[in-house]
Amino acid sequence: MDITFKDVAYTYQAGTPFESQALHDINLTIAEHSFTAIIGHTGSGKSTLVQHLNALLKPTSGTVTIGERKITPETNNKHLKPLRQKVGMVFQFPESQLFEETVAKDIAFGPMNFGMEATVAAKKAAEMLTLVGLPAELLERSPFDLSGGQMRRVAIAGVLAMAPEVLILDEPTAGLDPAGRREIMGMVERLHHEQHLTVVLITHRMEDVANYADHVVVMEQGTIAKVGRPQEVFQDVAWLQARQLGVPETTEFAARLQQRGFKFDQLPLTEAELAAALAPQLPREVVSQQHDE
Amino acid sequence: MMNKLLLGRFIPGDSLIHRLDPRNKLLLSFYYIGIIFLANNWLTYLVLFFFTLFAVYLSNIKMGFFIRGVRPLIWLILFTVLLQVFFTRGGTTYWSWGPIVLSQFGIVNGIYIFMRFVLIIFMSTLLTLTTPPLSLADAIEAILKPLRVVHFPVYEVALMLSIALRFVPTLMDETEKIMNAQRARGVDFGEGNLFQQMRSVVPLLIPLFVSSFNRAEDLATAMEARGYQGGEGRSKYRILTWQARDTWTVLVFGLLTGVLVWLRA
Repeated sequence: MDITFKDVAYTYQAGTPFESQALHDINLTIAEHSFTAIIGHTGSGKSTLVQHLNALLKPTSGTVTIGERKITPETNNKHLKPLRQKVGMVFQFPESQLFEETVAKDIAFGPMNFGMEATVAAKKAAEMLTLVGLPAELLERSPFDLSGGQMRRVAIAGVLAMAPEVLILDEPTAGLDPAGRREIMGMVERLHHEQHLTVVLITHRMEDVANYADHVVVMEQGTIAKVGRPQEVFQDVAWLQARQLGVPETTEFAARLQQRGFKFDQLPLTEAELAAALAPQLPREVVSQQHDE
Repeated sequence: MMNKLLLGRFIPGDSLIHRLDPRNKLLLSFYYIGIIFLANNWLTYLVLFFFTLFAVYLSNIKMGFFIRGVRPLIWLILFTVLLQVFFTRGGTTYWSWGPIVLSQFGIVNGIYIFMRFVLIIFMSTLLTLTTPPLSLADAIEAILKPLRVVHFPVYEVALMLSIALRFVPTLMDETEKIMNAQRARGVDFGEGNLFQQMRSVVPLLIPLFVSSFNRAEDLATAMEARGYQGGEGRSKYRILTWQARDTWTVLVFGLLTGVLVWLRA
């Protein structure tokens, strides 16, 4: 299911003195089975953009095509449910959306809204809890007794339970400790690979972009400033830093090495790439010395 | 939906009305609502009408805002006006059907009531549009101060009021966010029969309550950590000052009252 934006603009509170334009001239395609990362400064319109992906917001002009459905400013708010099932959305701090008495009921809430039988949904809930890496005994607990990281994983499980084809995550690792961050990103990566989910990730962590994404969209003041593979986008270190976006630490380090005379065909994004690019350039003695230690 | 709410909105500006002392503005708005009831003929309503328009003009805010302020109440206004029109007897009777009459007095009364509503709404909208909510809370605190004599908890009420006002927009954003999150999980807000609609509010209300509790706890901890120990013995950062223009507006309102008393039938 491809998602295509054509000349999309969005204005908040249109027609009032408080109106503000959040998006303009957006032309973008999110291909099926891709892993797209959206980066940009705070207030650049990332969250507004992704809310168009499941028609929570309708463009004030232009067209968004989601699979077969065309969303235009005139689109009626009814009959959007099938669409919302296909495009699952995990908002920022999703733990604030939990409300049921038990974890099981909360995870089953989404699927049951889309017409799944209660018994099937309960089974699905148990399955999803394991998928997000939580023990099954949590099923009957109240979501409000869990820790922050566990609550977030339950919330994500609630979205995954709807079996979406596209998964949108708005800063899923914000406020988590390094271990929690790695676990969640690892889980997203696994879903992308094993279940061929299309993933759209909003993030401020360039390492996540480098490690997982195959497509990057850079947003700036409501427009798309750059689109490409991470390798392409992160080559221009100065351009990104001027926009206060930065590059992965590895890339920054490589750029500094480049100034000291090392040569890279392309600035490496991950530690493995950097190591591979550096090894042939190091003097023999240094390499062998390190091996001796 | 939330975006259209005008209640408690403040439009920054630097007009004469914006710069008035909030205590003065608050009291004068109440006073104005009082003297509207002095008006009882065409001339007095005309005077009030132009006075209100002049105040709106002085605030440099577009007329559209004030009209939008009337809109949510339009059904209440129409209902009251129609009751007046059809159940008042006197003067020439144009049409009647059982207890329902369309009389000269009825029509006149209906128009007066309509004017009264519109003028009151305009003036209170003017107050909220030109006064930042926090100044308004300060003003209420200052006005309630005399009640300390009867052990009314003025500081606590003022604190609650300013915290409440501060969190209105935050809670609105939160509501919007949770609504969207639940919509993405397949909840239809405002669809189906009454029972279904009421049930769809649960996934919105519970998270809102929970987050309010959490927020209250965090806020209380943060306040204590910064040395808050109750209202008694605190100094003030925002100090309200009475200026010459405030005295002038009071005089203008006095004059208006005089004119109304003189003109009323």
